[in-house]
Amino acid sequence: MIAIDIHKKLKIGKGWSDLHVQLQAERGTITVIHGPSGAGKSTFLKVLAGLIKPETGSISVDGDVWLDTSSRIDLSPQQRKAGFVFQNYALFPNMTVKQHLQYATNDAAWIDELLSLGQLQTFADQKPDDLSGGQQQRLAILRAMAIKPKLLLMDEPFSALDQKTKADLLAGLKILWDKLQTTVIIVSHYPDELKDIADHQLYVSYQ
Amino acid sequence: MDASPIWLSLKLAAVTTALLLLIGLPLAYWLSKGRSVWRVIIEAIVTLPLVLPPSVLGFYLLIAFSPQRGFGKWLNEHLDIQLVFSFPGLVLASVIYSLPFMVGPIKSALQQLPSSLAQASYTLGKSEWETFMKILLPNIKASVLTAVVMTFAHTIGEFGVVLMIGGNIPGQTKVASIAIYDAVESMDYATANTYSLLLVVFTFVIVTAVFLLNRNKAKSPLE
Repeated sequence: MIAIDIHKKLKIGKGWSDLHVQLQAERGTITVIHGPSGAGKSTFLKVLAGLIKPETGSISVDGDVWLDTSSRIDLSPQQRKAGFVFQNYALFPNMTVKQHLQYATNDAAWIDELLSLGQLQTFADQKPDDLSGGQQQRLAILRAMAIKPKLLLMDEPFSALDQKTKADLLAGLKILWDKLQTTVIIVSHYPDELKDIADHQLYVSYQ
Repeated sequence: MDASPIWLSLKLAAVTTALLLLIGLPLAYWLSKGRSVWRVIIEAIVTLPLVLPPSVLGFYLLIAFSPQRGFGKWLNEHLDIQLVFSFPGLVLASVIYSLPFMVGPIKSALQQLPSSLAQASYTLGKSEWETFMKILLPNIKASVLTAVVMTFAHTIGEFGVVLMIGGNIPGQTKVASIAIYDAVESMDYATANTYSLLLVVFTFVIVTAVFLLNRNKAKSPLE
């Protein structure tokens, strides 16, 4: 079970907008977030991961309090260990596909399982520069999954994938998420594409 | 020809560069992390040696190191260290003088890395130290190499500061650039030419080597 209630001021042009998001979701569910560009969807994910500080709010994940500004609890990103798929992938240019996963986990069998899920076995020794956009995006997803996070945050994670690749990957991910009871939050410009798997939909807009 | 000024220049540049690498990496990292007033002020101080005449820096260091008063007196009385007209003094002055050449390229390379790289590492549970060593540093290798070589070359080329606080003591502070000046002063153009030619060839070779090594990594060889 995750319970989120955060307030964050966003600078938009010369003015300010208030990002206020409340979300409650059962463990193992998928929430899809949509809304206009610049409304603060990516910021919201970064607040959850501990990368951006909100003005006020609280976050609890499976009974652990990650953030509670009223009692000054604020866990670091390292303590939260939320899986995070960045919109720009944020792959490490100095590491091969396999080294990305080895950086995140020591479990060799789990790394093999992830490589096969992302169909990247034959690219294990390639660096990001030598991968296609779709392969890079899959690696970003696999790296986030490698730590078996309780909460997985994905920012436009399927934008570079063709329909078939996306469907295959999603099917595989869904099995993993069910098995690991991962709670997933996905930001998407095309919420309709994910409506079959979404347990919750959340609309974030300007206030 | 007396080769000791050349060796002294190389030794000074090597020691200075090694020290500056230790100081420059953490300083550049700290400067790259934000734009607070403190960071701007420290960055301005680090950059000063780039724009000040070397004689200004040399003059203040001469005053500061003077064994007759203040800091220099304290060093002399308590630690028996005399910085004026000595090799350790030259090293300290060179470290200050070449600081911007080490810090500048490393800082700008760190700032050009997307912030999401470090953030991705943090969300994987990695500390700031591990993130710096395994993610940030390997991805700015080319710029670190450039910074090291520019620092080295710049220290070799030092003249004004060395003249002010080092003087012209053979084997102690008489580096190649001073030896050239000294030779010209005494109309010994042949010696001046030998030292000069050696410096030209040496610096050309190391700068070209870096440009070749970095040719595919950086957009401009000076990055």
